[in-house]
Amino acid sequence: MATEASASSPEPPGAPGPPEAGGPPEPTAEPRHGLRILILWVVASVICCPIVYFVWGPHLPPGDMSSSAANEQFDLTVLGTIATPVFLGVVIYMGYALTFWRAKDDDETDGPPIHGNAKIQLTWIAATTAIVLALAAFGTVELWTVQGAGAGEGPQPIWKPDSSTILQVQVIGQQWAWTYRYPQFGGFETASLELPLNEPVQFNVTSLDVIHSFWAYQLGVKADANPGVNNVAYTTPKHPGSFVVRCAELCGLWHGAMFDYGKVVSPTAFQAWAQQTETQLASVTKMLPPYAPTYDPTDIANLGKVLVQLGIGGAGGGYYNPLDPEQP
Amino acid sequence: MAIEIQPESAQVPSGHEPAAAPKARPWWLRPAVHTALIGAIVGYVLGHLLGNAISSGYQQLPLADSNDTPIVLGYLFGILGWLIGLGVFNDPVRQMLGQPVTGAGEGHVGDDLAKYFRYSLDHKVVGIQYLFAMIGYFLTGGLFAMAIRAELLSPTYHLLTPSAYLEVVGEHGTMMMMMMTSVVMGPLGNYLVPLMIGSKRVAFPRIEALSFWLTPCAFIILLSSLLVGGFPTGWTGYAPLSIQAGEGMDGYAIAFGLMGISAILAAFNLVVTIICYRAPGMRWGRLPMFVWAMLTTGFLLVLAAPVLVGGMYMIVTDRTAQTAFFVNQLGGSSYLYEDLFWFFGHPEVYILALPGFGIVSEIIPVFCRKPLFGYKIAAAGMLGVAILSFFVWQHHLFDSGMDPDMRPLFMLTTELISIPTGFIYLVAMGTFWKAKIRLTVPMLFALGMYFNFLIGGISGVVLSDVPADTTSHGSFFVMAHFHYTIMGGLIFAFFGGIYYWLPKMLGIRLNQRLGKLHFWTMFVFFNSTFLPLFAVGELGQPRRVFEYARNLETLNDWVSISAFLLGASFLIFVFNFVMSTLFWREREIGNPWRSRGLEWQVSSPPPPNNFQHVPVVLSGPYEYGDPKALPVADLNPPAGVISGALVGTEA
Repeated sequence: MATEASASSPEPPGAPGPPEAGGPPEPTAEPRHGLRILILWVVASVICCPIVYFVWGPHLPPGDMSSSAANEQFDLTVLGTIATPVFLGVVIYMGYALTFWRAKDDDETDGPPIHGNAKIQLTWIAATTAIVLALAAFGTVELWTVQGAGAGEGPQPIWKPDSSTILQVQVIGQQWAWTYRYPQFGGFETASLELPLNEPVQFNVTSLDVIHSFWAYQLGVKADANPGVNNVAYTTPKHPGSFVVRCAELCGLWHGAMFDYGKVVSPTAFQAWAQQTETQLASVTKMLPPYAPTYDPTDIANLGKVLVQLGIGGAGGGYYNPLDPEQP
Repeated sequence: MAIEIQPESAQVPSGHEPAAAPKARPWWLRPAVHTALIGAIVGYVLGHLLGNAISSGYQQLPLADSNDTPIVLGYLFGILGWLIGLGVFNDPVRQMLGQPVTGAGEGHVGDDLAKYFRYSLDHKVVGIQYLFAMIGYFLTGGLFAMAIRAELLSPTYHLLTPSAYLEVVGEHGTMMMMMMTSVVMGPLGNYLVPLMIGSKRVAFPRIEALSFWLTPCAFIILLSSLLVGGFPTGWTGYAPLSIQAGEGMDGYAIAFGLMGISAILAAFNLVVTIICYRAPGMRWGRLPMFVWAMLTTGFLLVLAAPVLVGGMYMIVTDRTAQTAFFVNQLGGSSYLYEDLFWFFGHPEVYILALPGFGIVSEIIPVFCRKPLFGYKIAAAGMLGVAILSFFVWQHHLFDSGMDPDMRPLFMLTTELISIPTGFIYLVAMGTFWKAKIRLTVPMLFALGMYFNFLIGGISGVVLSDVPADTTSHGSFFVMAHFHYTIMGGLIFAFFGGIYYWLPKMLGIRLNQRLGKLHFWTMFVFFNSTFLPLFAVGELGQPRRVFEYARNLETLNDWVSISAFLLGASFLIFVFNFVMSTLFWREREIGNPWRSRGLEWQVSSPPPPNNFQHVPVVLSGPYEYGDPKALPVADLNPPAGVISGALVGTEA
């Protein structure tokens, strides 16, 4: 029994800890519980882990439309594969215990007085620590190699794509819409987001009022839009198509309706679209505040008030009345 | 060192007649909940008028963001009036004037039931008060959850307006978070800790009673914000939005801050009680796991909740006195609020986990009939979780634009915390090894807790990984994760604790057949509600939205229907609770679970002073199956033992 218990302890990785099939030695003629649990667990893990990794993994969200999305999908697959034996271990152990170690109704005796087992406890601590450190190292490498993993890195990003041409896109959140400015194309501002295929993109995310969060779901990009802060996130689109942009931080009344769609198109189609939009919007761009990493919401609010006085509607950057508007 | 001399003063919470018996006044003149209500109303009106006078220069519009000062002052004076009406200040004022105090605030003088509506200094009365209040708050918060799920039956809004939806979301989240902070520490901690450590009283009965009587205030104030338009921020109250929001936001800030104060007071009292009031022989190595859980939770609350109170105070001053702590363009920072909030908020989630660990660690040895496996590692796990929980808060801000250097560090600390959390599973699995398992209702709930928390914990590891978090953050995945840990963990353990300790607290056993029905419906529908939400979140549905993608409608409908059935499972509990306590009244005065816990060695419910004599603890509480183990305590120690243990300090 003692050898079984220790044999079952140093187990393959899993988080937050591998199952311990061991117990203290029991000099009885009972079935070898530790060995049985170990076999059940190994068989179940050997069946389930490849299924999770190879069958389920490629279908895990958010897909592989961009470099960061593919990276997130890979991370979810790896974490899911590691979690599987952990989950199975605890569930199999508990299920086994509930099946075989139930007291009969008339059995009033107590179980064996086992207070602990130093070897098993130390093994458990060593195993969980190893897994956790490995996971942290894995996460850090993934963060590093995929340029911040699509997450907002703040104004001074330290993980940047290794490329001389990075498309700059400013994402401006306000209650309750997204607009986008393209500083490399005269700084025009538009409500439609288009990106070229296979070209690194730098999103400069900021807000005019409260905290929003720019979530380009299929691109695997999420960056909070803070007023007065330029929050930078990188990705490289890998497949053409449309993607969803949602606000992922509660920003007030119409937070639920703050979404729109973006497109990934071929580089030539993008150039054509950008140049055409730049000329189309040239007169509007002149009236906008000059392109800047952030904008002062107080100025925007004043601008809004002028617009309201001129009879041009809109929230105007001002504070909304909680009962208004009830309908779009 | 444990202090054994229990001062026999008028402050002894119960059992002793006060030094000077108060005049028997008619009941309506004695301070109780009705006088407190009158005081609160008078106080609110006075405060509001004062606020109007102070801020008379401002234009005041109904339901606009311009009369915060009167509302805040109204709330503060209302709280003061509530406490004055309760008689909280009667004895301190008498003491200051040199008059004899009346003991328990006149609270326990008189009939049995009335003391539960008074400012009582008996920790057992406070425990029962907390129990009923917390169940009431939990059911109220649950009704809000039903409303949320009803709205999410359809991919666009149909039942609630967007503003009503946000109000409901905010009320649900805040009410549940406020309640969960105290749900175990209040009822079970206050009631059981003195019994478990062999003390006749808690250290600070007045602070304990005050901590309870602040909770009804906090909940009334939180609900009252619905009258003025609610608050649009959810339970997190992120700053520029909470500064911008309408006047319902004041209710949120005051209520949450007040609940923070209540939790600090309750925790402070328990920490001092556990350290200073243990019976002789109750060494650290014999402390029941539940007491360890209360000690670590107490330390977390005492250290973390003041940050919350500070954050709420800053919101209030930003909104009333224009201090601009959180307004970026005026020199403040919205990151400041996020950091303050999560510096409290992350220890908070362990404040919600540790009591659950404590309860299940009490339950499983009893129904496995085995000692707890690895007592020391279980206590070390709790301490480790408590310490590490202060170093992980920025994982809530991975996408926020914080310094990117910090992300690997906080990823590491977050993943490290799963090591001490894993100890809890090692302890459980070791205890189950070759045990004599009995599937009673408390045991079922404990098993449910282990299963749910396993899923909650594994999904937490996914969230700690920055790339995986990029998709999961702010989505229903997070929401499913913390419902698995808080509801699946803490609430399952809490109900296990109720079924386990209610015979102790009320002397009445809940119907076990209905209890099993309650467990199975709750367990099945809990998982059927929250497991699909992991998928919903990963498929792109953010939290707190009333509109979602049409392809997620089937999953959302499934979740909503499961949630309604989950809500119905609590009706089984309420029915069982009402029928068992009021009508069936299956008496249970002994030790129905054959537990070795010290709390079970006295009659049920315990006598007014808990113990006839201060007991001498002889062995640990989990020595099942050990023929050599001594009984857990000597309840009638020879007269010389205690004075002998206190050489030189005997009064």
